[in-house]
Amino acid sequence: MALTTEVDTTATVTRPGRRKLRPSPGADRAASRLRHQRGITRWVLLTLLAVATLATLFPFAMAAINAIKTVEDYTAHGPLGLPRSFDLTAIKDFWQNVDYTNKLLNSILISASVAVLGTVISVLNAYAIGIGRIKARNALLVLLLLATTIPQEALIYPLYYLAKAVGLYDTKLVVIIISAVLSSAFGTYLLASVLSAFPSEILEAARIDGAGRWQVLRHVVVPVIRPTLMVLMTFFFIWTWNDFFLPLIMLVSNGNQTVSVALGSLQGQYTSSPTSLAAASLMGILPAVVFFLIFQRTLTRGAVAGAVK
Amino acid sequence: MTVSTAVDRGTRPASPLSQATRKGYLRYLVPGVLGFLVVVLVPFVMNVAISFTSWSGIGTPSFTGLDNYQRLVRDQMFWSAFAHSIWFIVAMAVIPTALGLVLAAVLFDYIEPRFGQRVSSALRAGFYLPQVLPVAVAGIVWSWILNPYGALNTVLQKLGIADPPNWLGDTSWALPAVMAVLVWMQLGYGLVIFMAGMARIDPQLHEAAELDGASWLTRFRHITIPQMRPETFVVLLTTTIAALKVFGPVYVLTKGGPGDATNVPSYYSYTNFFGTLQVGYGAAIATALTVVVIALSVVFIKLQSKSEGAQ
Repeated sequence: MALTTEVDTTATVTRPGRRKLRPSPGADRAASRLRHQRGITRWVLLTLLAVATLATLFPFAMAAINAIKTVEDYTAHGPLGLPRSFDLTAIKDFWQNVDYTNKLLNSILISASVAVLGTVISVLNAYAIGIGRIKARNALLVLLLLATTIPQEALIYPLYYLAKAVGLYDTKLVVIIISAVLSSAFGTYLLASVLSAFPSEILEAARIDGAGRWQVLRHVVVPVIRPTLMVLMTFFFIWTWNDFFLPLIMLVSNGNQTVSVALGSLQGQYTSSPTSLAAASLMGILPAVVFFLIFQRTLTRGAVAGAVK
Repeated sequence: MTVSTAVDRGTRPASPLSQATRKGYLRYLVPGVLGFLVVVLVPFVMNVAISFTSWSGIGTPSFTGLDNYQRLVRDQMFWSAFAHSIWFIVAMAVIPTALGLVLAAVLFDYIEPRFGQRVSSALRAGFYLPQVLPVAVAGIVWSWILNPYGALNTVLQKLGIADPPNWLGDTSWALPAVMAVLVWMQLGYGLVIFMAGMARIDPQLHEAAELDGASWLTRFRHITIPQMRPETFVVLLTTTIAALKVFGPVYVLTKGGPGDATNVPSYYSYTNFFGTLQVGYGAAIATALTVVVIALSVVFIKLQSKSEGAQ
């Protein structure tokens, strides 16, 4: 039965390079039953996967242990040694040098605004497409799909030029508007399919009660799809938080920069000071890990919703 | 494409809305359409127009016809940037999809039944974590680990390799090093999608095959892979597009260097726009990249609907 399986699995998964042992099926089965009972194979596999996971997490660990070392400790024992001191100087210095409070506030403001604005635009579009079933809906969806595939490089120079022309260059507002519109392409696409399957009885009932289009949207549709809207907002928030290209080009002055841009432009400044670099890394990692823990369920579910709708 | 069919199949044709009612919904599109015009359509048309000119960003652009595109075809730098894109596709799409599929199958139908969902979820979360990190942050973490005196070389020296390379600073090592970082970043994406997809497979398929004596590998090849076809398509498509557009990791890790060892089209257009101020040429590169990305998406989607039709 499944027991033959076990031997094969380890042979292929754990050492792809080596020749596979192929004893006769009977012996194979007996041997594997024995192993299965002792549980060797599965423990070997589990250990290998655990090692691979730890290797994946290695960079996170490196940033964490080196951010809290003193420079002397680092020079004496290198990056791998566990900290023999607990020292927040590197983190404090980094925080003050880049005015990290300001960067965090900028990132939060921009990401939250994009989450709300992008979701509002998506809902309005999707309402017209999915429930209003306006005429050109399929053409619109294809257009939106194209919008999501166009590389930002093919839009950025005109956007930069136009932003300068209307005096919005180097403002958070311009990043919020552009990101919200770009995110709403995906949001519309997702919500249109959700709304096109919206139960018609509910809509009918609301209309018979005399609710107008706007009231139906506000008091019937939005409350029903609220969980999906939360997923969408989470998505937009994280995307905007992680976005690098647009804020790199639009936000030049120090006071407007986001966490991503501030950290991305650090490189090269600090190469002589490994503990400072580790401190900066750790400060960049922490918010992301916090979001991950808070939104883990939403995010993994959302990644799936986005992929296989 | 998927959605448009979903819309058509909508469950509500019972009471078709009248023409007048439909029109009333148009006003809800106003913010979206306006935004789309200002942020996507107008800039895109402008970018194409700029690509037919010579312009430094200031003053009036002078029309030069197809000059930029003729230069593009002969430009070694441009072709090598595109060649690097292929390596980026390997690192961001091919390897993570293949590895993600195997890993998802191992976690889903080997580890989970034996050690429980907690263990498999914890392992999945570990592999997924790099996905949530901002590119800029991942970049500085890795540039610090890969620097000549960084953590990786310390490990290698402990293992007895006396003279490990300067990963990001060596022309022959920079590209493989950046590729490794990208695999690290991308693996979790496919893994999560495949694991969710596997929950959809009817467990009876696997059980029946097991009773017939099919090994894990046989079941993987004949059940899991065919069943995961829709997910595989989506993951390959989205990651291939992402690989063609990749900018952040290159900017933070190598700035396209050393030399042009890790230069890619998006970074090349960026340096033309904001570095050398050859805006017309930068626009031509960006336009060419757009054409490639859209052509590739169309081919992918055509292939997908063809294979769906064949089944």
